[in-house]
Amino acid sequence: MNNIDVQHINKSYGGVSALRDISLEIKPGELFGLIGPDGAGKTSLFRILTTLLLADSGSATVCGLDVTRDYKEIRHCVGYMPGRFSLYQDLTVEENLKFFATVFNTTIKENYGLIRDIYVQIEPFKNRRAGKLSGGMKQKLALSCALIHRPEVLFLDEPTTGVDPVSRVEFWNMLDRLKNEGITILVSTPYMDEASRCDRIALMRSGECLSVNTPEGIRSTYTRPLYAVHGSFMYKLLIDLRSYPDTYSCYAFGDSHHLALKDGKNDIVGLEKFIREKGYTDVTLELIRPSIEDCFMAL
Amino acid sequence: MTYSMLWHVKQKEESKSMKQFVSFVRKEFYHIFRDMRTMMILLGIPVILIIIFGYAITTEIRSVPVAVLDQSRTDITRKLVDRISASEYFNLYKMVDNMEEAQQLFRRNKVRLVIVFPVDFATSNDASIQLLADATDPNEATQITAYMSQLIMDNGNFSIANGTSDSRFSVSGSRLVPVVHLLYNPLMKGAYNFVPGVMGLILILICSMMTSVGIVKEKEMGTMEVLLVSPMKPAYIVIAKAIPYLLLSMVNIVTILVIAYFLLDVPIAGSLTLLVFISILYAFVALCLGLLVSTMADTQKSAMLVCVMVLMLPVILLSGMVFPIENMPVVLQWLSNIVPAKWYIIAVKDVMIKGLGIGSVLPEIAILTVMVAFLMLLSVKRFKIRL
Repeated sequence: MNNIDVQHINKSYGGVSALRDISLEIKPGELFGLIGPDGAGKTSLFRILTTLLLADSGSATVCGLDVTRDYKEIRHCVGYMPGRFSLYQDLTVEENLKFFATVFNTTIKENYGLIRDIYVQIEPFKNRRAGKLSGGMKQKLALSCALIHRPEVLFLDEPTTGVDPVSRVEFWNMLDRLKNEGITILVSTPYMDEASRCDRIALMRSGECLSVNTPEGIRSTYTRPLYAVHGSFMYKLLIDLRSYPDTYSCYAFGDSHHLALKDGKNDIVGLEKFIREKGYTDVTLELIRPSIEDCFMAL
Repeated sequence: MTYSMLWHVKQKEESKSMKQFVSFVRKEFYHIFRDMRTMMILLGIPVILIIIFGYAITTEIRSVPVAVLDQSRTDITRKLVDRISASEYFNLYKMVDNMEEAQQLFRRNKVRLVIVFPVDFATSNDASIQLLADATDPNEATQITAYMSQLIMDNGNFSIANGTSDSRFSVSGSRLVPVVHLLYNPLMKGAYNFVPGVMGLILILICSMMTSVGIVKEKEMGTMEVLLVSPMKPAYIVIAKAIPYLLLSMVNIVTILVIAYFLLDVPIAGSLTLLVFISILYAFVALCLGLLVSTMADTQKSAMLVCVMVLMLPVILLSGMVFPIENMPVVLQWLSNIVPAKWYIIAVKDVMIKGLGIGSVLPEIAILTVMVAFLMLLSVKRFKIRL
């Protein structure tokens, strides 16, 4: 049986469609990622699954409970961490945790084992007001509060947005440990590089679910030859590469350009000749494996 | 499952809910106590309002500067002027020699009233006194002339009793002098009127505004989102929000009563228990109003604005606290009936000033109770269990 089951969910806000015919099936104990840019509909989907919003059409169950009919029961068994920091800023770290423990009819002691790894990192600051914590520590506290009642399903809406890279890696390590505890986790992120940390991912854009697969599976569906191109005069190079007849697409990726050639047109000699004729002397070409972002751009 | 087991489970559930509830109320107190500025305002407001109403914008007549134009220059008028300047209501600013000078004093805002004794005041049989009042503030002018007329009439009789002849004069032209007894507030003290009014205002301010702002703040900060996705019953969230403000407003009521009783000499003629009971009932109305506002407003600013415009202004304008309801256009008189503060103020005056028992405030209690029931129903229906 699936722990989260979404069937043909539609949602629109006053004519603007936020979710279009979304269907997902998430198994118990899975770490499932919703990957997509802002406005993809990730938060709307989270709110429907956490019973905060009603879908226009379609159905969804969480832990086998219907999100519309059984909303009260669902609120007992899920943990939810909204995209915005949503704890009491004028309460201390410990008071926040205690408060949420009683709200969920439990105590810190009862489930301390589950949050210990996370909480020990913020425990030195337990008498500090939550509003005065750094971004990474806020996220750790919010995660501790969402976990305090040992939920069956954990919903994390963009938990790493606005968090420094080191804390982001730490955060994903924590999710791995939670997965080993048997908690089903649905997490959303706009960062494509985090997708590979998930068991399975759904790529979303403009309210549509483009593809659902394992990160590896998604990368293997990418069949075109892909090159990372380095050189000087990067902007001019991008324009020139896009004008190459065999180019399928070319995007700037950090300090290099990712150039995809059309299917079956893997003519590296012709490409090098084209670049030389354009007057570049220091350009290097490197055949690479596609990243999730490459796959997303190609969809 | 047997009945006793069911009962046991139910009791366990209840004790858990109780724990949730207590912890929520504790959290609310943290919020209030940690925001020192708001806290100072909440506790200071009643004192400030009492001072403002009691001393600054008082409508009582005290030490009004007057000028006298005495064209007759007799003993009678001199005696009368002495009496006038000896009274606590009036101060003699100047004896003027002609009308021109009197006008000047008016224009320079030095006096609010000029008394003109005609040349034939002491000799004529139907001599009259002219009172000129600065009517830029019509209410005040009416009051000042009324006080002065009363004063002159009293002293006119006095001089007759002294056997001074030729002292018959009239102010109104009529010999019929009404004998007025002022009941309950013989000294015409403004405090008797505004203390109940301030109580009505404070309870609306704290119970409605603070509760609605408190709930809307949770929405604005996103914490409501987390609370909704928890086993906590929405009704508990709301009640827990209201309790600290209910207690705080009771502290304020006590402050007001203490200041009123000891500083402003306002009596508490009736039963204190009844007074507190009515106040709590009215506080419930205010809480329900705040709750209703919180279901409509999405930001703290709009909640505050709605409370000030829709709740506080009517308390000041339509409750009879500042402007007598009897003098309003009929439409506003009808409208004043839906202002809870009107009924509260009537009831408080009845109990506190007149010393009446529960029997005479039953209608007000009934009206306030109906209001609580209606508003509670409305806001519970409107409370969103989702975003």
